[in-house]
Amino acid sequence: MKITKLATTLLAASILTISTATVFAQSAQEQGLAISQESIARDNGWVDMLASMTMVLRNKQGQESIREIRMKTLEVAGDGDKSLSIFDKPRDVKGTAFLSFSHNVGADDQWLYLPALKRVKRIASRNKSGPFMGSEFSFEDLASFEIEKYQYKFIEEQPCDLGECFVVEQYPTDKYSGYTRRLVWIDKAEYRMIKVEFYDRKNSLLKTLTSHDYKQYNGKFWRPSLMKMVNHQNQKSTDLKWENYRFGNGLSAADFNKNTLKRAR
Amino acid sequence: MRERIYNFALNRPWLVLLLAIVLVFGTAYGAKNLVFKGDYKVFFSDENPQLLDFEAMQEIYAKSDNAVFILDPKNGDVFTPENLTAIHWLTTESWQIPYSTRVDSIANFQHTIAEGDDLIVEDLVLDPQVLTDADMPRIKQIATNDLLLLNKVVSATGHITIVNITLQLPGLDPISEIPEVADKVRKIQAEFEAKFPNFNVQLTGMVMMNTAFSETSISDSSTLVPAMFGIVLLTMMLLLRSFSGTFATLVVIIFSIAGTMGAVGWMGFYLTGPSVSAPTMIMTLAVADCIHILTSYYYEMRQGKPKKDALLYSLQVNFKPILLTSVTTAIGFLSMNFSDSPPFRDLGNMVAIGVMLAFVFAITVFPALLMVLPVKASKVTPNDHNGMMEKFAEFVIAKRKILLPGTAVIIVIIASFLPQNKLDDNFVEYFDTTVPFRSATDFMEANLSGLSLIEVSIDSKVSSGINDPKFLKTVGDFSDWLRAMPETDHVSTISDVLKRLNRNMHGDDDEYYRLPEERELSAQYLLLYEMSLPYGLDLNNQLNVDKSSTRVVGTFKNLSSSQQITIETNMYAWFAANAPDYKVNIASPTLMFAHIGQRNINSMLIGTTVALILISLLLAFALRSVRYGFISLLPNLIPASIGFGLWYFMDGQVGLALSVVAGMTLGIVVDDTVHFLSKYKHAIDHYGKSSEEAVKYAFSSVGRALWITTLVLVAGFMVLAQSSFKLNGDMGLLTAVTIAVALIVDFLFLPPLLMMLDGKKTTNPTSVEEQTENLNIAKGTAE
Repeated sequence: MKITKLATTLLAASILTISTATVFAQSAQEQGLAISQESIARDNGWVDMLASMTMVLRNKQGQESIREIRMKTLEVAGDGDKSLSIFDKPRDVKGTAFLSFSHNVGADDQWLYLPALKRVKRIASRNKSGPFMGSEFSFEDLASFEIEKYQYKFIEEQPCDLGECFVVEQYPTDKYSGYTRRLVWIDKAEYRMIKVEFYDRKNSLLKTLTSHDYKQYNGKFWRPSLMKMVNHQNQKSTDLKWENYRFGNGLSAADFNKNTLKRAR
Repeated sequence: MRERIYNFALNRPWLVLLLAIVLVFGTAYGAKNLVFKGDYKVFFSDENPQLLDFEAMQEIYAKSDNAVFILDPKNGDVFTPENLTAIHWLTTESWQIPYSTRVDSIANFQHTIAEGDDLIVEDLVLDPQVLTDADMPRIKQIATNDLLLLNKVVSATGHITIVNITLQLPGLDPISEIPEVADKVRKIQAEFEAKFPNFNVQLTGMVMMNTAFSETSISDSSTLVPAMFGIVLLTMMLLLRSFSGTFATLVVIIFSIAGTMGAVGWMGFYLTGPSVSAPTMIMTLAVADCIHILTSYYYEMRQGKPKKDALLYSLQVNFKPILLTSVTTAIGFLSMNFSDSPPFRDLGNMVAIGVMLAFVFAITVFPALLMVLPVKASKVTPNDHNGMMEKFAEFVIAKRKILLPGTAVIIVIIASFLPQNKLDDNFVEYFDTTVPFRSATDFMEANLSGLSLIEVSIDSKVSSGINDPKFLKTVGDFSDWLRAMPETDHVSTISDVLKRLNRNMHGDDDEYYRLPEERELSAQYLLLYEMSLPYGLDLNNQLNVDKSSTRVVGTFKNLSSSQQITIETNMYAWFAANAPDYKVNIASPTLMFAHIGQRNINSMLIGTTVALILISLLLAFALRSVRYGFISLLPNLIPASIGFGLWYFMDGQVGLALSVVAGMTLGIVVDDTVHFLSKYKHAIDHYGKSSEEAVKYAFSSVGRALWITTLVLVAGFMVLAQSSFKLNGDMGLLTAVTIAVALIVDFLFLPPLLMMLDGKKTTNPTSVEEQTENLNIAKGTAE
């Protein structure tokens, strides 16, 4: 972190002294990448995680709808994480389980177990940009953050809710992404994602995500207790409440396959 | 008081002119606040129940404003690799349209197939670069058989397709938002045409309709207003042969229009399709005042009076009739305040203001200008015309025994067709066929589907209730019922999605193309499906957040209002009979327009009645006779009745715009009656003439003035009738017809009627006071 800070200072100095556009652009990209790498590095080594989430969906008229999901996630070195989600609410999807192998590049592998059909179905789709369970979160928004998924550009430093923040622009590399870019606020102290603005395909502001009540687990891993997503275009919003984060549960790849999917409760 | 106004105008013409210029230009500055609102929603008041229903529905689901590219490949087949490449390009590019939230085409259609236990969800045209001729039959087969696409996005034969863009207009600034979208749509169209010349591209959709509202109005004001000026100038020059008189009239017209537009600008009005015709109407009505003053003025000049005396005399005799006719005209236009549609209230108020301003300018600025302008007395001798009028009067008197029953029968026969007019407000037909939006929409209707949508929200009243098999069966049955109607082009329904998914879940076995039988199955299929859809192509436009209600959207041929209302009524009846437990809401812009005509007719009936009562009271008061006040009802009411009767033969469809015509014309046609009756009564009261002689007197004194003003008015409204904005065009045409009919009624029906009613009566001389009053009115247009 000290290195980064030093780099930042040096960079700021170099911007002031050598103010040529090319140097600036290059440096901004490098710096954006460096900040993002640091945020990943700081979250490394959590191995596995259990958590439950409650989604509260609201439309423009304020009508609400609740979704409840339990999640198991396995950290995968060198690729996207593996996750298993079990749906508890609404009642008619209770027991439905979703297995996802996220990949740095290309389509994810996805399976869904449908208890009503008693079958596992593989979803062959490049789409990760649609709404997750009708919410304002897309699967893309919930998937694990990997360096290869974006290109980066440092914008500026700004005061934010948790002190000072880096503002970094991220450009998705997946051509099936629903966004042209994301604007991300990362706090300088702990490299947590404080706020994200999502810009749609025509580069208009679509949604804003804010993460609240960060807590540290196992003395290292910061997780938010509440994520609020507001869609500026249709005035709908979704609150995502996280509870019962548990790390180091001794999960392995064997807990994340088609067979465990069927047995997931 | 009056004398002081004239004297001031005549003695201090420059001061009056200066004051007027300062006041008018100060007021006219307010016109900078006037902006044009092209949004179709301006036609509906905030409390319009259909608008409220529709807005509530849009808040639950997604907005349904759209723009449509209609693609007509020159080779007659959408399904070639080149053409699909073009459609793919256009689909991708359409995401760049401002406020777009969804793009639907055959290229990005989310096709689902089953392969073993895999559910494959992908764009129908995923990568145009690898398309070959061999892929075409498969793609065509899928596209032309899917109920979501067939007859909505692609025609059954595959010769026409559309790219539909759904927009989420924030509505914060409709004045800039709509042109912003339209500009981008046209830019993409131009680029597409340059890149892919093997397509004909046309544009339609609600946003293009809104654009057509403003563009048609703008093009109208750049053609119709100059045309109107031309006609006024020509008429004035021909009839009066005076440059000064024409020029002074022109100034009064310009001042009246500038003053009105400025005043309403300050008052916070905005312009709309109907209200942009206000300047044309004000112009037409302002001319009449000036003609009356000028004719008296020139007459006196020819009698050898000096300029100032001639003007003073003209003002004295014309003040009261001009005031009276201006007030009645204003009342007629003010009756439009009863309209259910705000643009027509605005139009009525603007013209009423304009007419009153024209009156003020006609008695101040007009004489002041004439004072300072060089004038030579016209050489035209009106006697030729008077001779003609007298011959005409003799004819009417001689044939009165035939004319009265004859005209009465004709009136009754024509008026009896009035109820035959069909009530109709089809917003597509607000534009004539020269407007690209109209021709594009007609083309789409002929080849694919209409632009009429009816949205039906079915609420189970239970969270996740849409997955209930009983509910789904209702939605499915309703959709089938709707689809079976001959007027239906397309039905978009969640039941089709679930049938398709059920088939996919059973290895694409057609046997399973039916609704899932368990609640959990439907819920889990939808969960699966939703997780595999891309941005913008989700189900949120069909389902609410709680999955307790769903929206079924029917697309229909461009139907008449009554047909649409019948469909709406039948829909409610279907639910009452088949599923009374669910809460059903039906709404759409199409239905809003379908109802506005009826609502407007009901409210305008009240407005017209109020105007009629006020105007009749005013007439009875001005003529100082209840008897003639009652008689005047006939020539005042007959023109609109005949006008609407004739309309049955000319067009036969009555809607929003025409429902205001009766009230509007009432104030204008009353002028003819008031002039004729006052002269007639004057002759009887003042000169003790017989009924026949009084008719002759009335003809020779006002006959000419009446037909000249009628000519100007008819010409003016006929100019408006040329509008490619058919809403205004029809209004202009029917008003012109009504005004022309009014003159015929006043010339052929009223005199025989008066002679019959008064024939056996002995005349009693009235008081001196009353005679003088009547003299003033009578002399008004005597020349």
